[in-house]
Amino acid sequence: MTGQAQAGRPNKLLRNLNAKIASIPMILTALVIFVGGTFWTVFYSFTNSKLLPRLSFVGIDQYERLWAAPRWVTAIENLALYGVLSLIFSLVIGFMLAALMDQKIRFENTFRTIFLYPFALSFIVTGLVWQWVLNPDFGIQSVVRSLGWTSFTFNPLYTPEIVIYGILIAALWQGTGLVMCLMLAGLRGIDEDIWKAARVDGIPMWKTYLFIVIPMMRPVFITTIVIIASGIVKVYDLVVAQTSGGPGISSEVPAKYVYDYMFQAQNLGQGFAASTMMLVTVAIIIVPWAYLEFGGGRKRG
Amino acid sequence: MANIETLNSTAAGLDAVAPRLGEGPSGAKPRPALSSRNIILYGTLGVAALYYLLPLYVMVVTSLKGMPEIRLGNIFSPPMEITFEPWVKAWAEACTGLNCDGLSRGFWNSVRITVPSVVISIAIASVNGYALANWRFKGSELFFSILIIGAFIPYQVMIYPIVIILREIGIYGTLTGLVIVHSIFGMPILTLLFRNYFVSLPEELFKAARVDGAGFWQIFLKIMLPMSLPIFVVAMILQVTGIWNDFLFGVVFTRPDTYPMTVQLNNIVNSVQGVKEYNVNMAATILTGLVPLIVYFVSGRLFVRGIAAGAVKG
Repeated sequence: MTGQAQAGRPNKLLRNLNAKIASIPMILTALVIFVGGTFWTVFYSFTNSKLLPRLSFVGIDQYERLWAAPRWVTAIENLALYGVLSLIFSLVIGFMLAALMDQKIRFENTFRTIFLYPFALSFIVTGLVWQWVLNPDFGIQSVVRSLGWTSFTFNPLYTPEIVIYGILIAALWQGTGLVMCLMLAGLRGIDEDIWKAARVDGIPMWKTYLFIVIPMMRPVFITTIVIIASGIVKVYDLVVAQTSGGPGISSEVPAKYVYDYMFQAQNLGQGFAASTMMLVTVAIIIVPWAYLEFGGGRKRG
Repeated sequence: MANIETLNSTAAGLDAVAPRLGEGPSGAKPRPALSSRNIILYGTLGVAALYYLLPLYVMVVTSLKGMPEIRLGNIFSPPMEITFEPWVKAWAEACTGLNCDGLSRGFWNSVRITVPSVVISIAIASVNGYALANWRFKGSELFFSILIIGAFIPYQVMIYPIVIILREIGIYGTLTGLVIVHSIFGMPILTLLFRNYFVSLPEELFKAARVDGAGFWQIFLKIMLPMSLPIFVVAMILQVTGIWNDFLFGVVFTRPDTYPMTVQLNNIVNSVQGVKEYNVNMAATILTGLVPLIVYFVSGRLFVRGIAAGAVKG
């Protein structure tokens, strides 16, 4: 028993030694990759690194050059447009599908399987499929034309002004199933009695949804928005597969800009500056959310 | 960690996605089957389902046609003459750059990437989660918080430092390097998953085992693991689909001979030279999507849970 007693009061560093050893990968990842890597990139975004990272500081030169580059400005505009639209549409479509699915329907499992399966597919697969469906010579445009509307034009992927909508269609196809699932979970969490009370009071269904149910689902909406938004900032594969950023630079996105400058154009400084801007964008989304979640002291009291 | 609770409740809520029908004879009285309400309801759902199914249909149909038929007809018409040639070609002959051995190489690369990545990331994360749930030490929550916040940082910010590290170790461009990268970036969400699961297990079990003199590893292997099969399955689904579908890490951290399937697929379809063989392209696309689709159809509701828990990973 003396051995046990000694083991129960070891010195501080050796306490829970096994747990500490087991946590080494986590600690290394957190410190070296997440903290170290991020600081490294931000730090080197103030240098004029080209082919190799080097320590010659140029202040905010890279950022000035970045915002002066038409390609980057296009990328940001695309991201903003794509982001706002995909946020709105995936929430609206996702919620409407969930509301329909919540009407005690038959074949619920079948419908859910159909709506969600695209989410299992990668963005590359999604992009290539929609590239084919939207192909002007064989896809929707040619099919409608062959039905008699010979002047029908729907060719988003080769039309610079609307190419981003072509990408949006594919993105919504891939992602709304997940939003529907999250929303459905939220709807199922609403007490049945709320519905009964609303019915007794004679409130029409759409009003009950709009003024009672949706406000009650606020946490679900916030979680969903954060999930969608952080996905939007990272959008890369889909664009690469569907348009490769074209025609010209008209479907460029920030994540692609970063990749191209880091690994193709060998202009590391630009890549670092652009990725730092992506980090800032994510922070703008995450910080208010974290503030809401942590309650800003509100919940803790 | 309020965000953890949100995720937790989301995951728990998803179990409520299960139909309420099984709850017995409660609820509203049965309505006539052909009411106008039902027509609108099922009509809308049907149209939506059509939109989601259409690309899959087009893919399959295109992959079974010959090129002359594709040039003539429209993409929605079923094949007049079914041919499996495009599938054979996509698997064994399609060209990317200098190699003309089809997707098979990418497929086996993806297998050799996915299997060890899944095993390693789950092994590490389950131990992490266990340590965080039952053996907290000073600073453990801090490292965990950094890890979770790190999951939100765009990968682009961390990619280049990792390239340097891998190059210094001498494994840049190898499958080993990519396995390490996947294990690193799988860690936040998996650790969260396991930590929350282990916290939910009854504490008395853990305490009783400690009183009986069991140590860190003994408790983990003999008590925690046998109780954790469901969460291991969820983590596995999450990782298999996530790693199989990855493109960015594949394209950054591998070379042409170690490209995973997604990268190879994109190169085959989007290569500029040569006549575009749409049927081969679609067969290749289906082949690449097959693994996650099978996982999805086999695992059903567990897939939803896993994906929802991992959605932060993007």
